[in-house]
Amino acid sequence: MTPPILEVQRLTMRFGGLTAVSSVTFAAGQGQITALIGPNGAGKTTLFNCVTGFYRPSEGVIRLHKRGVAPTELQRLPGYRIARAGVARTFQNIRLFPGMTALENLLIAQHGRLMAATGWGIGAVLGLSRYPAAEREGVERAKRWLSATNLMDRADDPAGALPYGQQRRLEIARAMCTEPALLCLDEPAAGLNPRESDELARLLLDIRQEGTSILLIEHDMGVVMRISDRVVVLDHGVLIADGSPAEVRGNAKVIAAYLGEDEEEVSA
Amino acid sequence: MKPASALPAALKDALIAAAVSAAIFIPLVALRTDVGPTGALTLRTRWPEAALLVGLVFLGRLALVLWTGRRGLRASTAPGPWTQRLQQAGRLAAPAFLALALVLPAIPGVDRYWLDLGILVLTYVMLGWGLNIVVGLAGLLDLGYVAFYAVGAYSYALLAQEFGLSFWVCLPLAGLFAAFWGVLLGFPVLRLRGDYLAIVTLAFGEIIRVVLINWVSLTGGPNGISGIPRPSFFGLPFSMAGGEGTFAGFFGLEPSPSHRVIFLYYLILGLALLTNWVTIRLRRQPLGRAWEALREDEIACRALGINVTTTKLSAFALGAMFGGFAGAFFATRQAFVSPESFTFIESAIILAIVVLGGLGSQIGVAVAALVLIGGTEVFRDLQEWRMLVFGGAMVLIMVLRPRGLVGTRTPSIALGKKRAIGGDLVGEGRG
Repeated sequence: MTPPILEVQRLTMRFGGLTAVSSVTFAAGQGQITALIGPNGAGKTTLFNCVTGFYRPSEGVIRLHKRGVAPTELQRLPGYRIARAGVARTFQNIRLFPGMTALENLLIAQHGRLMAATGWGIGAVLGLSRYPAAEREGVERAKRWLSATNLMDRADDPAGALPYGQQRRLEIARAMCTEPALLCLDEPAAGLNPRESDELARLLLDIRQEGTSILLIEHDMGVVMRISDRVVVLDHGVLIADGSPAEVRGNAKVIAAYLGEDEEEVSA
Repeated sequence: MKPASALPAALKDALIAAAVSAAIFIPLVALRTDVGPTGALTLRTRWPEAALLVGLVFLGRLALVLWTGRRGLRASTAPGPWTQRLQQAGRLAAPAFLALALVLPAIPGVDRYWLDLGILVLTYVMLGWGLNIVVGLAGLLDLGYVAFYAVGAYSYALLAQEFGLSFWVCLPLAGLFAAFWGVLLGFPVLRLRGDYLAIVTLAFGEIIRVVLINWVSLTGGPNGISGIPRPSFFGLPFSMAGGEGTFAGFFGLEPSPSHRVIFLYYLILGLALLTNWVTIRLRRQPLGRAWEALREDEIACRALGINVTTTKLSAFALGAMFGGFAGAFFATRQAFVSPESFTFIESAIILAIVVLGGLGSQIGVAVAALVLIGGTEVFRDLQEWRMLVFGGAMVLIMVLRPRGLVGTRTPSIALGKKRAIGGDLVGEGRG
């Protein structure tokens, strides 16, 4: 089995009396696309928010294994440190900076690196820093992702004025500009037409090719089954299946969860 | 709309407007209480005046609707042809303004009155630019900006009086003190957003003022601090005596009181330009971009690894620092500070300058300061009508250009040509 990039152990998230995620354990493989699926309200987004630092889990451990670095326990980090540790995310309802251009969006994603080059603002104001070189490098990285997401000609347009499908792609490009080890995508194919879904699938395979692992929440089963190396299924906050797409597709519990069959029929 | 159907509709519209204005003007204008000769209150009615006002509203509305149609005056935030022209003109206007500001003292006919007015306007330009960092770029609504102005002014007054430090030593210290108070205020309140942040900053402004009034042993209370040392020209005092060690004596000039005024004018011009320069530079750099990103979407910022708290604090501290500089300048110009100069209305005026000018726009803020501060001075002859004109102009700008005079945003970087971004896309910030 491939070594894990992300290891989730007995993760539990409670909101008052409601247990949204209950003792879930799974691992996402290094250099793989892991899909997280389940019916509405299964706790996918909650789990996602725990991994990306937006919620602090009630119990459990989330460990990031970056190559050549000691494992990081993500649940101990403050929210903004998660991205620096190497986990980037997109949002179910797109969260770009609408009044800023596509290029500016991608440069903000490189904030940490560029900020360090400015000597935390002071050196750059005085013009004494390596900032111009760092910015050129940042713009080159942004251009690379703009062309990878086919947005090169929209670089100077405000993000809020782009059509929906392009906004989705720009958000992925922005996440990739943080140079993550793990890219977390929350329903990237939602609202896309079939052609755009195909493009998205190709983009994700390219990203995997370059060595970034992907964790993906998705409802579009066509996309999930086509590109995932591994599928994890949640239902009512509990992990019910974990395996290859083919295995999961044949799993009786998964079919029951999606089609809503009786518990007894399944166990029988 | 056809003219035949336009008139009844316009009449109806004008009648509604007249009814609304009657509801306002009857209690405000028609009924008035005066103190009678015996000391008792007597009710005086002024029906003709009220009727005149209502009639004016009726006729004005009728004319407006007939002229433009019901939806004729439309609010706009988009970069329309008007904005584009303004921006083209702006590229020329900004250097032109700057050149005018630089040569103003040398223009014949510019006397002390005009220089004093220039100093006043530039002080507000500087305060507007300072607050623009906090409100315009970072999107944090600060209703207590005058507190930092006060901290700067009192820092200079006390340091200069108690320790005899010169203006050039006190100026950075006053800025640092103000920035320190900015951070001190920022730490507890920056977790608040929007309206809540506005209320806390408002309270902070009032707290500073109340402390200044009541801490009599340090600040002199309501009497303020007088006899604050005037600035010297790098150690050469401006003195009418004209001896060896004075500015006039050193340069062999005829001693004149206008030397100091001209010096003060260039001093505040320099300070304002410093504020502008730092802001423009920072906007093109990661810190400034992070401020704007924060205004657009705080959650996305966090997901991209931006430390939201320190980024907000840096905006707060930097804005406060420039407020402190302006305060120190104010103290040395007036040679007298008292809590009366730092009331809430000052914060409101500075905020109005930023909002009218257009959040985040440097040239817009400068023009708004010129119009608001210069305008009230120029219309001094109108006496009590001044505020009416002033208020009407503000309402008109906000109706026609809800995002301020310059409602568009210029990108900080572009691969090709920088194109202005319409105000409807740009976030206003929710704290």
